[in-house]
Amino acid sequence: MDWQGQKVAEQLMQIMLVVFAVAAFITGYVLGSFQLMLYVYAGGVLLTTLITIPNWPFFNRHPLKWLDPREAEKHPKPQVVASSVSKKKSNKK
Amino acid sequence: MHSFGYRANALLTFAITILAVICALASVSDNFNSPSPSSQVQVLNINWFRNKPDGDDEVSMTMNISADLQSLFTWNTKQVFVFLAAEYETPKNSLNQVSLWDGIIPAKEHAKFNIHTTNKYRFVDQGSNLRQRDFNLTLHWHVMPKTGKMFADKIVMTGFRLPQSYR
Repeated sequence: MDWQGQKVAEQLMQIMLVVFAVAAFITGYVLGSFQLMLYVYAGGVLLTTLITIPNWPFFNRHPLKWLDPREAEKHPKPQVVASSVSKKKSNKK
Repeated sequence: MHSFGYRANALLTFAITILAVICALASVSDNFNSPSPSSQVQVLNINWFRNKPDGDDEVSMTMNISADLQSLFTWNTKQVFVFLAAEYETPKNSLNQVSLWDGIIPAKEHAKFNIHTTNKYRFVDQGSNLRQRDFNLTLHWHVMPKTGKMFADKIVMTGFRLPQSYR
């Protein structure tokens, strides 16, 4: 997942769980069944798990742009300690 | 949310916290229930009434206990524990409570009952104070929830008296 995807996944998880909790409580209260409330909530937790935990493609819509290794060779690292903008995962050749 | 395990942990913790909140809300919802229970007890017969060799009085009686406790049940009720206690005053104790019968009501359908029984537990006094003693029969109940707070209440039925002499 990219950074944007991680934020979306976390928000989605929190919102979905709260929505399912409210829906479960209202359903259980109106129909007078404690067991039904727990079933609805359990189903909601399972659905949320399936949507937010695996690394789905739609969480990776803003992928990080890693610098190409050949490009990195053309611009060697300066001797002076300078703050680098992008984290380089380049392998040393 | 860096990895699979991180997200799984966050989700599980949040889900369980919210579950605790739901259960607390379910318990709070019990306060909105206004029950209207009723009960009646008749003492049909005093089977025997004696002074035991150790000095304490004991009486055995047959009773007819009828009650309608259906309004006590909510969606968050697991069971209702009900017991009948004989309550009286003696010179030594300002309040004596002796449990004569109890039962567990597991569901609303069983909450309206009419029981013909002798006392399940022995009615024994601390001493020999029972002759011609006035006593109340009080039906106590505890509404045990599935989650949260337990409610207890009672109905006091007065007007009972034990015989003047041993039989």
